[in-house]
Amino acid sequence: MMFLRGNAACPGCPIPKELDALLEVTGKKTVLVVPASCTSVILGDTQGGQPSTVPVIHSAFAAAPAIASGVAASLRMRGEEDATVVVWAGDGGTGDIGFASLSGAAERNENILYVCYDNEAYMNTGIQRSGLTPYGAWTTTTPSGKKEFKKPLPLIVAEHRVPYVATASIAYLNDYQSKVRKAKSIKGFRYIHLLSPCPPGWRFDAGLTVEIAKLAVETGVWPLYEIENGEFRLTSISKVLVDKSKRKPVEAYLRYQGRFSKMTPEEVKALQDYVDKMWEEIREMTKK
Amino acid sequence: MLVQKGKVLALVGNHAVAYAVKQAKPQVLAVFPITPQTTMLEKLSEYIDKGELRAELIKVESEHSAMAAIFGAALAGPRVFTATASQGLLYMTEMIYWVGGQRVPLVAAVATRAIASPWSIWDDHQDFVSKRDAIWVQMMAENVQDAYDITLMAFRISEDPRVMMPVMMGFDGFILTHTMERVEVLPDSVVDEFIPPREFKLIDFDNPLGIGAVATPDNYAKYRKKAMEAMERAKSVIKEVMANFEEITGRKQYGLTECYMCEDADYLLVGMGAWVGDMRVAVSRLRERGKKVGLLKIRVFRPFPREEVREALKGRKGVVVFDRAYSFGSGGVLSLEVKANAYGLTTPIHTVVAGLGGKDVRPRDIEGALEDLTEGKLEEERWLA
Repeated sequence: MMFLRGNAACPGCPIPKELDALLEVTGKKTVLVVPASCTSVILGDTQGGQPSTVPVIHSAFAAAPAIASGVAASLRMRGEEDATVVVWAGDGGTGDIGFASLSGAAERNENILYVCYDNEAYMNTGIQRSGLTPYGAWTTTTPSGKKEFKKPLPLIVAEHRVPYVATASIAYLNDYQSKVRKAKSIKGFRYIHLLSPCPPGWRFDAGLTVEIAKLAVETGVWPLYEIENGEFRLTSISKVLVDKSKRKPVEAYLRYQGRFSKMTPEEVKALQDYVDKMWEEIREMTKK
Repeated sequence: MLVQKGKVLALVGNHAVAYAVKQAKPQVLAVFPITPQTTMLEKLSEYIDKGELRAELIKVESEHSAMAAIFGAALAGPRVFTATASQGLLYMTEMIYWVGGQRVPLVAAVATRAIASPWSIWDDHQDFVSKRDAIWVQMMAENVQDAYDITLMAFRISEDPRVMMPVMMGFDGFILTHTMERVEVLPDSVVDEFIPPREFKLIDFDNPLGIGAVATPDNYAKYRKKAMEAMERAKSVIKEVMANFEEITGRKQYGLTECYMCEDADYLLVGMGAWVGDMRVAVSRLRERGKKVGLLKIRVFRPFPREEVREALKGRKGVVVFDRAYSFGSGGVLSLEVKANAYGLTTPIHTVVAGLGGKDVRPRDIEGALEDLTEGKLEEERWLA
């Protein structure tokens, strides 16, 4: 076990398992750079020791990719290029406040593995909407549901022409770990976007985390893919989901989550249309 | 040690600092262009390109990332450096505090410049003094030689185990950054000896630490108290380093403050930065006319030289502090510092606010205010605007 139990995560939170699975692959010579997020709390305080078995650098909200750039440069100077510098950041730290820093590090093709664990809102501060909150979702700052669609962050990062971008899910652990393994073997800027269901924020029973993560993939809301040197490839069960008849309706994903409970049938249809359109675009990308 | 004679060069301030940085051998730099610092970044890039400085320059997308990048780099061991000014210093403020709170030894040069809005690229000290509470040692240069000297000393002070704190070297934008002066530079081998190898490494895979985790209120207060104690210790370390530097270079270093013609002075002028040079002229002229005036130069702003200032104020008939930065609703920033350390003394302390946004200040302006002080005609606060 690389990430110890007895940490401060909420019941049903996938973050400790996601970190453990990551570190299992990247190993002891990993540095975690963690900006303000749920993980800042999960990692405990200065006195009590930390659940991480690898060095952790806590970071101001918008600074993690730049700090990681510095660490990577120093490790190069130390001749320790076999070490993996990982940014472990939430969706707000990645797609909102940390976006310029992320884009800068991606453009410079820094030797960093960036993992965005996306729980689709500012959960640590108590469920406020982020640019990555999906359409229709309730948060404390979108009391009647978010009116805008989720920022397509993995594709935006891919547009920086970095060597590796992938999406992943805690429900498909082999797929996630094989992506981390591949990312570890590549030099330069690598990006993995993990959909990370949050029981208190998404309003579902803490025992259903993996189920919800699985439904996100099965309904096509969260497609699993990787883009290696510009080449797009669906992975795991998402490979068969280009065929719409193989995808479950989005309702199957929405109905277990309180955050979507106030959506009107029209809004549900709008989200379904959005997902279907996204898959049409994916179909085009797989043809390239 | 014998006085080491190096080369004499003609350098603008930015190039003199770049030269000192090259000799201090940082391994990682991250600098974002901003006027009037940019020509330093260009010179450093040139040194790296030619292989004269074996370092990586991270071409960051902002000042916030510049400070973040060298923070990350410094944790892993190497010596690091950055430079900025004005808006850039403000933009990196969050990371300035982050680095100070973490007590990471590193050096940053600040080419002082006014703060917008409205836009101004010209010199004053508003940017520099705004970082006074960030747990940084802050020193300010009077001339190009001084900027070179302080930069070298900054690395040594910062990495001293008794200090372990970032150091900011302030030098006036344009007035020093773009002015060419005669500079004596030390031979590289002497600098190597003066700044011992850096011993600082927090990233260790066999002893994994959590750096900067949440501190409970009890612990947070303890860390802040430790920083206060380190800042007090820094005073003697700075004096020690300066004494050593003086021995090597043969150039007088004075200490946290310098007293110029002030031994028997009835009236004292207090200042910091490049215009201290003009103040020397003003004081000399008034001395020629028989006025008993003197000058107290503040060379180290943090830790503030409380004892030296208090001692220098004692028994004077009047003091005037020249301020290039203002705390609106309160007073001149340097004046406030001086007044805070004059508690219980009866010496009247006046303020002249001048040079804001690069507004020209001449020796005769300084002379005029000082003469008015000696004649009881200076207001408590005067603005040269």
